[in-house]
Amino acid sequence: MAGELNERRIVATSKAQDLVFAVLGIIVLFFAMAMLATLVADLLIDGLSRIDMQFLTDFPSRRPSQAGILSAWVGTTLVMFVTALLAIPLGVGAGLYLEEYAPKNWLSDLIEINVSNLAGVPSIIYGLLALGFFVYGLGMGQTVLVGGMVLALLILPIVVVATREAVRAVPSGLRESAYGLGCNRWQVVWSYVLPSARPGILTGAIVGLSRAIGETAPIITIGALTFIAFLPPSPIQASPPFLNFDWLNSPFTVMPIQMFNWTSRPQAGFHENAAATGVLLLGMTLVMNGFAIFLRYHLRKGLRS
Amino acid sequence: MSELKRASTFLSDNSGDPTMTQASTSETPAAIRADVRDLKFWYGKFQALNGVSMPIHDRKVTAIIGPSGCGKSTLLRCFNRIHDLYPGVRYEGEINLAPEHINLVAKGIDPILVRLLVGMVFQKPNPFPKSIFENVAAGLYVRGIRNKSEVEGRVEEALRQAAIWNEVKDRLNKPAFELSGGQQQRLCIARALAPKPKLLLLDEPTSALDPIATAKIEELMDSLVKDVTILIVTHNLAQAARISKYTAFMHMGNLVEFGETEQLFTNPAVTQTQDYVTGRFG
Amino acid sequence: MSQSLDEGQTFAALKSSGFLRRGRVVAQAMQIILFACAALSVFITGAILWVLVSESWLFFSQIPLVTFLTDTQWTPAFTNARYGILPLLSATLWAAGIAMAVATPLGLVLSVYLSEFAQPRVREVLKPILEMLAAVPTVVFGYFALLFLTPLAKQFIPGLSGFNLLVPGFVMGIMILPYVVSISEDAMRAVPMTLREGAFALGMSRWRTAFSVVIPGAFSGVTAAYLLAFARAVGETMVVAIAAGQNPNLTADPREGAATITAYIVQMSLGDLPHGSLAYSTIFATGLVLFLITLAFNVLGFFLRRKFREAY
Repeated sequence: MAGELNERRIVATSKAQDLVFAVLGIIVLFFAMAMLATLVADLLIDGLSRIDMQFLTDFPSRRPSQAGILSAWVGTTLVMFVTALLAIPLGVGAGLYLEEYAPKNWLSDLIEINVSNLAGVPSIIYGLLALGFFVYGLGMGQTVLVGGMVLALLILPIVVVATREAVRAVPSGLRESAYGLGCNRWQVVWSYVLPSARPGILTGAIVGLSRAIGETAPIITIGALTFIAFLPPSPIQASPPFLNFDWLNSPFTVMPIQMFNWTSRPQAGFHENAAATGVLLLGMTLVMNGFAIFLRYHLRKGLRS
Repeated sequence: MSELKRASTFLSDNSGDPTMTQASTSETPAAIRADVRDLKFWYGKFQALNGVSMPIHDRKVTAIIGPSGCGKSTLLRCFNRIHDLYPGVRYEGEINLAPEHINLVAKGIDPILVRLLVGMVFQKPNPFPKSIFENVAAGLYVRGIRNKSEVEGRVEEALRQAAIWNEVKDRLNKPAFELSGGQQQRLCIARALAPKPKLLLLDEPTSALDPIATAKIEELMDSLVKDVTILIVTHNLAQAARISKYTAFMHMGNLVEFGETEQLFTNPAVTQTQDYVTGRFG
Repeated sequence: MSQSLDEGQTFAALKSSGFLRRGRVVAQAMQIILFACAALSVFITGAILWVLVSESWLFFSQIPLVTFLTDTQWTPAFTNARYGILPLLSATLWAAGIAMAVATPLGLVLSVYLSEFAQPRVREVLKPILEMLAAVPTVVFGYFALLFLTPLAKQFIPGLSGFNLLVPGFVMGIMILPYVVSISEDAMRAVPMTLREGAFALGMSRWRTAFSVVIPGAFSGVTAAYLLAFARAVGETMVVAIAAGQNPNLTADPREGAATITAYIVQMSLGDLPHGSLAYSTIFATGLVLFLITLAFNVLGFFLRRKFREAY
């Protein structure tokens, strides 16, 4: 029958279209994954052999084979500590306010637009903010504290958004029963909402920190030095009060800056060092993200059951 | 004529279970557009249809009624294989569509082919995010009909059939979202009609509409049935009584009773049907 | 007054209970603190604008705006200094444009594939892999662009310099791909299933359903994805700072190197930059231009996304 033949032709064409597109999708997907794989392989080939104890325990040097990343990884650790301490409470606070408290008015709207806009502000602009405001405006200088502060501002929107999503996923029945017990709003938030939202918030915080670990531009902009042959004073000391906060005001460098610096040198030896630093950086960010993905996966499974 | 003969043979085949209140007194049985034979359907491990058999009479309205979760929508959605969009579904049995006697649920039949033959209107109006004209023309484009004057002619014809032409003829290029709910639903009917389907499925088409819009659509079905075979799922018994020639009553995945609407509502053969249509359960 | 609530206390006692009052005070205080956290975002935006404007004041008081916007040379370090932003701006837009030329088609194909074609289980495996791509530090992408891809590309593209706009643009395109895919896939998946059912019921193929129903339905959301991605490419720093060179160069040939706005800021920050000097002020002036461009795209993207969310 002619009519049916025509329909069979349309079916064949449709199936061919779908097949072509599905194949195209898979090709693009493999292309993206191949890029990632090539990048990882390139770094490993260039840099893996350079990673040893000497590399981790030496200061930078003019001779590539003697250079190490001691000051860089110590700097990264200290800066991340400050960043986490600032960004997580502030971001969780802002997220809780927007989800649990914010009335529907122009001010909440303004805050919302601002959070979303800050997420899109280029990181180097945060660097300029820190340079003009913290470093010179407040006279704080190029210190670990300023580095931690600028990265905290940078990842604040990530923590806020993650908090909001986690809080939104808390079933409203839980809130209602807590109010039913006579809790006031803060008690509901603190004792019921926050504990249920904790895994989601943690996921966001880890993703945010993994972004901060790899950030280079804002730290360069505040004028962090690229060549540092000393460590900040230790946070712990033998005599009372045992804690020492001088490290907050110490100059510093971080791993991405060290990598940038070595990449920009013409000598191949330094490129090897850069690749080695890249391997470590990549390892840290991938492990952190992998952990976050794992956490979220289990979170979803928990919600489903 | 062969079709008529075929229809009558299979009607007599089905004299057993489920109960057929065969209308022996009325006119000779009409031609059969589709016949369902022992249709079973599974969502994963859950069996939603337990062997349903019934005829769909040509150019008549057949209504499927039953309490929520009885499988009436599931049955309807087998007719255009829309279930296939979701993973883990399985069919057994036959839905034979005249005149070629294609088994719509056979494994070898592509769902796209089925959908080219069978049109469907959904519970909630779902116009595409496009103009009114483009909505109605969408099904024609799928079938490779691109000739401008032909498309325009058939769009107008479908809109007239769906009794919405006069309301939209001056704004065919406006977005379909601008129409009211009732108008959107009639637009969706026009969209399903434009490709001239052999069978039109309506899945509770008025449940999201107000009484006035509902009345318009019921009126429309009366005139449509001269050209199209209609299978409608409804939870509104009065609606089924008003518009359909035949009615199927389903319960828990089983077809309890099938017959002429008048008979089924006034003198059902099964107590369960009687209880349902008189409002004692469901 | 008892420290805790006992059974049998009267309503009056409940009302004046010190325990409950303390609870209320804490709740009030926390509400104010949480509000302060949220309001911080407004403060940060304000601070950014204030710093950019006040620190570039010196620059704009010495260089006429018309010169800044129309002069074709940017040579602040020369004795005969010229301050035209065009070379930096053109390099920025070239690199971001190349990135979009890579990310737009790939992102569209990938998001349609993930939202309309891939089985849910496949999607759950693939999305984390894409997120891994997004997690790679930008400085690592810079290294990859300069020391791996550029030498490789030189063998195929005649006339490609060691520093160029083409390779970092391409790498940025790969870099923003996960971002584009994530937002536009979210938008496509938010299109109600009933619309897809309507399309399939007409006999449409997956491909046709995606392009003639789902994408038009998700149009504002998908557009927002590209606007936000463009803003990100414009503001991206390390890839271009490393691989596109630091020489301001008004060129129409992406095979040449040219400094972007961000690369210029990095270059200046690496050197000695006395506070209050004209050179110091230039990085804020160029930063202001960068901020305004990204702000425009971000705000537009924000409203498109919101409009889209309201539609469904």
